[in-house]
Amino acid sequence: MATAHIVEGGFADPVFASQSVFRAVMDAMARPGSVLPIDAGISPPAPLNAAAAAVALTLADGDTPVWLEAEMAKNEAVAGWLAFHTGAPLAQMPSDAVFAIASNPAHLPPLTGFALGTQEYPDRSTTVILQMASLSDGPVLRLSGPGIRTTNSIAPRPLPGHFEMQWQAINDLYPRGLDLVLAAPDAIACLPRTTRIGNGEA
Amino acid sequence: MYVAVKGGEAAIRNAHRLLADRRRGDRSLPSLTLGQIAEQLALACDRVMAEGSVYDRELAALAIKQARGDLIEAIFLLRAYRTTLPRFGYSEPIDTGAMQVERRVSATYKDLPGGQMLGPTFDYTHRLLDPSLAGDDAPDDPEAREGDGVPAMRVSDILAQEGLIEADGETGGEEIGDLTRTPMEFPMGRDTRLQALARGDEGFLLALGYSTQRGYARSHPFVGEIRIGEVEVEYRMPELGLTVSLGRIRVTECQMVNQFKGSAKAPPQFTRGYGLVFGQSERKAMAVALCDRALRADELGEDKFAPAQDEEFVISHSDNVQATGFVEHLKLPHYVDFQAELDLVRRMRGEHARKQGGDEAMPEAAE
Amino acid sequence: MTDNSVEETRAQRLSALALADGKDLLTLWNGLGIDPACEMVRGPETGLIALRGRIGGGGSPFNFGEATATRATVRLDNGAVGHAVTLGRDRLKAKLIAILDALAQDNEMASKIDQEIVTPLTAALAERDAKRKAETAATKVDFFTMVRGED
Repeated sequence: MATAHIVEGGFADPVFASQSVFRAVMDAMARPGSVLPIDAGISPPAPLNAAAAAVALTLADGDTPVWLEAEMAKNEAVAGWLAFHTGAPLAQMPSDAVFAIASNPAHLPPLTGFALGTQEYPDRSTTVILQMASLSDGPVLRLSGPGIRTTNSIAPRPLPGHFEMQWQAINDLYPRGLDLVLAAPDAIACLPRTTRIGNGEA
Repeated sequence: MYVAVKGGEAAIRNAHRLLADRRRGDRSLPSLTLGQIAEQLALACDRVMAEGSVYDRELAALAIKQARGDLIEAIFLLRAYRTTLPRFGYSEPIDTGAMQVERRVSATYKDLPGGQMLGPTFDYTHRLLDPSLAGDDAPDDPEAREGDGVPAMRVSDILAQEGLIEADGETGGEEIGDLTRTPMEFPMGRDTRLQALARGDEGFLLALGYSTQRGYARSHPFVGEIRIGEVEVEYRMPELGLTVSLGRIRVTECQMVNQFKGSAKAPPQFTRGYGLVFGQSERKAMAVALCDRALRADELGEDKFAPAQDEEFVISHSDNVQATGFVEHLKLPHYVDFQAELDLVRRMRGEHARKQGGDEAMPEAAE
Repeated sequence: MTDNSVEETRAQRLSALALADGKDLLTLWNGLGIDPACEMVRGPETGLIALRGRIGGGGSPFNFGEATATRATVRLDNGAVGHAVTLGRDRLKAKLIAILDALAQDNEMASKIDQEIVTPLTAALAERDAKRKAETAATKVDFFTMVRGED
């Protein structure tokens, strides 16, 4: 039964689960680089990981086109699962997406190809959810900016190519830009557009 | 200095309790049921659904009961309720051509295919109060007659066959405007404008429509067609990828046909104003169609001089929930604002008096 | 049957059930005399469907309001999953439609459901429509200049 997998593995209690995930995303955005555990008890179809899926279920709905990186977009189970649990339409182009999910950040198109907002409405941008194998054993990124007292650091992997350069380009667009959610299977960390990476003169 | 003041809790509590009592009224009379309101005050429910922008007859009835019949308050209640619900998705565009017609009239063609069907109309009544309604007399069952089976063709299609009328409106954009999702920007597309007009205040739009007839943006309107009836709502279920019917809603559609002498942009032809609203509400649908046409002045290269042609004026003031919120907030405590104004006026009076009376000045009598 | 016609039949059945009155559906459901064990995968939950019309009746789509709608998804013990969406806030109706949708994935059950539930509901709706149509037709204006076909 093709539809059986699609309807399974969502939030057992959508109201409380999405509230707790929302809280985690909010805190992670407010304290860039902090790692917050996500334990939503869901089991999405591979290659979607549980934390990325929990964030998608919490934030996406019928009004938020979701762009999936090519490998996932081809996967009917992932597309069907997201359609059933969120009602979100799939975005054809990265620039049409309110949310984007990538299971393989190495194959991510350039960050500047996503929606970056406008001067009047910088919020009309894509929130990119990057699935990470780990948030602690990759190359160390030193973070500074709003929400970080002095500096913070995080070591996610795998990151998109030339990530620091790409992120600098996003920083330069402020107030336009985009925000990142780094989703390891059981935890998230966020890089909002205000966060700077590098040897931080904040 | 600003001093936060608390208080009034008991007064508010008691006011709400008093409101509940006055709403119920004389306890020796039976309480209204929602079914009674939905069935016997059906057009009030239609208005609340249209301007509350939520199609749900029972909720409209509840809102009317709770609001003691104050329809704008009822509309407010429905709008507030609406914000608590998630949006599952978007319907396919309804097909008013496939309507189960309950009323259909045209002022432009007498013998149009499908005919003129008056339906349950107030037109041709003598507007004499009917004392028999004070009692509970059952009216006669309606007459029934075999229909001729001719589908009620849209009047715009008849004129279109001769090439004398503009086509149905195309916005050209692929994004469909939605003022419940994105803040309003002017100029706005005709799609968003029609959405705003559909939920706009009937009285306000009626007055503006009337103004266009009286010379404030003359548009020589004729009612091409009004049709009222039920249409199916179709929806593509994302979980199945199938398009299914979800049920039916009653709507009123008005096609207003307007003479147009042509401009640099278009040849002489008939242009159209369009109105589509929930329920049986042809006054509203007509007013919307008149305003829609007047608001197309820029698009059609017409002179703009009348209020009904001013998009920002019309759309910014058509929403009665916004309007009532801003007007009625004036009665809330403005003690501090007013204190500041009071000080200002005293100071200005003092200066005024000094100028009048020379530098010796009057005593600060205004105190 | 081809996949297409299976899908089409499913969509038609879901439509007929959604168009039906909730009380009529419940009566016919009770008449079916079955009560399969099922798990609610989602809902029944109430939300909104944004309604669209077309400018001028046939032009570009526009949003003209919203309607309350209720949806449900169930899974039967045999693994069959059924979905439902219907206008209004009748949760029981949505749940019953979802159960019927799941049951109807079995061919034998499908014809029983069509016979005992869908057909009578469709007939009741057609009867109501015919009555209203005739009442409306009685208000049709016969202009005196028209040639009447009475003799």
